Amino acid sequence: MSTEESSAQTGGAPAGGADAANATKAVRAFDPPFLHLSTPPHIRSNLTVSKIMLAVIAAMVPALAASVVFFGVEAALLPILVCIVAAVATECVANLILRKGQTTGDFSAVVTGMLVAFNLPPALPLWMAALGSVFAIAVAKMVFGGLGCNFINPALAGRAFLVASYPAPMTSYPPTLYGSVNGLAVKAATATDTLSNAVSSATSAHISTPAVADSVTGAAAAAADSLADTAALAASKLAAAASSVADTVSAAAASAASAIDAVSSATPLYVIKHVFAMNAYRPNDFSPALKDLFFGNVGGCIGETSALALLIGGIFLMLIRAIDFRVPFAYIFTVFTLFWLANGTGAFFTVESLITPTFHILAGGLFLGAFFMATDPVTSPITPLGRLLFGIGCGALTFTIRKYGGYPEGVSFSILLMNLVAPLIDRCTRPKIYGEVKKHG
Amino acid sequence: MASIQIVKELKRGIITENPILILALGLCPSLAVSTSVKNGLGMGLAATFVLALSNVIISIIKGWIPDKVRIPCFIVVIATFVSILQLLIKAYVPLLDEQLGIFIPLIVVNCIILGRAEAFASKNNPVRSLVDGLVMGLGFTVSLLILSCIREFLGSNKLWDLLVVPGFKPMTAMILAPGGFFAIAFVMGVVNWIRGWEKKEARKA
Repeated sequence: MSTEESSAQTGGAPAGGADAANATKAVRAFDPPFLHLSTPPHIRSNLTVSKIMLAVIAAMVPALAASVVFFGVEAALLPILVCIVAAVATECVANLILRKGQTTGDFSAVVTGMLVAFNLPPALPLWMAALGSVFAIAVAKMVFGGLGCNFINPALAGRAFLVASYPAPMTSYPPTLYGSVNGLAVKAATATDTLSNAVSSATSAHISTPAVADSVTGAAAAAADSLADTAALAASKLAAAASSVADTVSAAAASAASAIDAVSSATPLYVIKHVFAMNAYRPNDFSPALKDLFFGNVGGCIGETSALALLIGGIFLMLIRAIDFRVPFAYIFTVFTLFWLANGTGAFFTVESLITPTFHILAGGLFLGAFFMATDPVTSPITPLGRLLFGIGCGALTFTIRKYGGYPEGVSFSILLMNLVAPLIDRCTRPKIYGEVKKHG
Repeated sequence: MASIQIVKELKRGIITENPILILALGLCPSLAVSTSVKNGLGMGLAATFVLALSNVIISIIKGWIPDKVRIPCFIVVIATFVSILQLLIKAYVPLLDEQLGIFIPLIVVNCIILGRAEAFASKNNPVRSLVDGLVMGLGFTVSLLILSCIREFLGSNKLWDLLVVPGFKPMTAMILAPGGFFAIAFVMGVVNWIRGWEKKEARKA
């Protein structure tokens, strides 16, 4: 960065012979007798790209720590390390192929690698994680000219590529080390067992463990969605139904259910979407989950598990002004407001009406996206009003996808979509130039 | 002499004036049908058939076509051959018809065919137009084969419906729409890189 600027400064000086060269040298030493002529930027600070990137890395440390606490070293730390190494190596190789100067020293590839890993489910095969990183750096960033030239967030592009390529592994979330699937496994089960007796009737009589396991797999196979998550929901239904039969049977069912959960588990957003779809939403079923969602004891992507850790990192970045508070504020506020208006209780000024919006801002990748990815200075608007609009747009899209879309979570796609319109937002919100007269006044 | 002429024409169609990779024409069907080698080859040959025959007919009747309505006239000729082709494919290779679907009728509006009619057949004699149609169609087919090899291998780990590398987990994204863009961009990039390198060598020499 600093070398680039000084070279730009030299290039901006009037061309000439040895005198001019001497003059430039002197200007660079800030010698008072010489008139300082240079191209902008005129105001310098010692804030460099690498310093900002190091600050972002520091801000991600709490979330990293939380992911290791809740998912363990092997499932969380290993993918993060692999992604960082893959990202830095890809950038290095791309620079060599493109015959550009090495840019790995600015740490932006480390940030991208970490963010790619934060957006992956824990215990994903490591080569898949590395592939996401390689795609993010090679296709979304270096092909367009490297840092500052990419038009979409590289980390999210990497995630989108993996979701399109490997949908099943990318949507199977293991439970946390403390056994929590979504903070509300029991509550979701009680909500669902009042509804459909089709599955529970299969477990009504005396059932041994294999039989339960069989019916679990049968139910899963029969499920039209055929998503692995459906199996988990069916399993929790079965567990709930079996618990009413006898203690021994319920223990067997629970073990069967946990055997399925080891493969994948329903994320909080998946459960709330399905409960809403079955018209069985009772806000108080979901309120006990809020604490787990806030501290992070829920299934989900590696980096998004703990809202608290992300909040600490986000506030740190806002305090040192590495990110603009407008984007995350507008984003989270929009999601909160829209889910408050569609809170499912029919009332707006009760304690219950706040449960749905609170659940939705704490669950899923909202905090991760709002603080660390929507604020990416390269792919978000630069004007203050534009940033507010950007955040509101992200929030509205996230709400739409979560509420009406096919996926339970929509943070990554909404940020990617808003990345595409960021230049347009900038154009529309261009501030008036000092002294400019309105053309059609 | 004739063989040199043929090599020259082939080089023009496949390399220097390759319809997809150099002229960037007909990208829409290329994105859509290059998901597998079978589809790519089928589409390439179908387009070559229409291209060559319509070029000949347009070249023969070019003297009678009023300049102002030449595009509709070209379209009528092209559409005739597309209809013939579609009926033939439906009758003899129904599987290909099922796979390519709407993209066979859409050959009518393929930019390559209309482009060659406008740029070449309406100005040259029937024999040269036939050769032009054949080499251009060949260029289209070769590009489609390159693209579909890349996409079918990466996207479904197959070539001509046969499993290639056991244990390799294919990236489904490559046979979806974005994969088409990635593949075309990558191949175009490589072609441009080679051309730039050739130019540099030529300048040196």
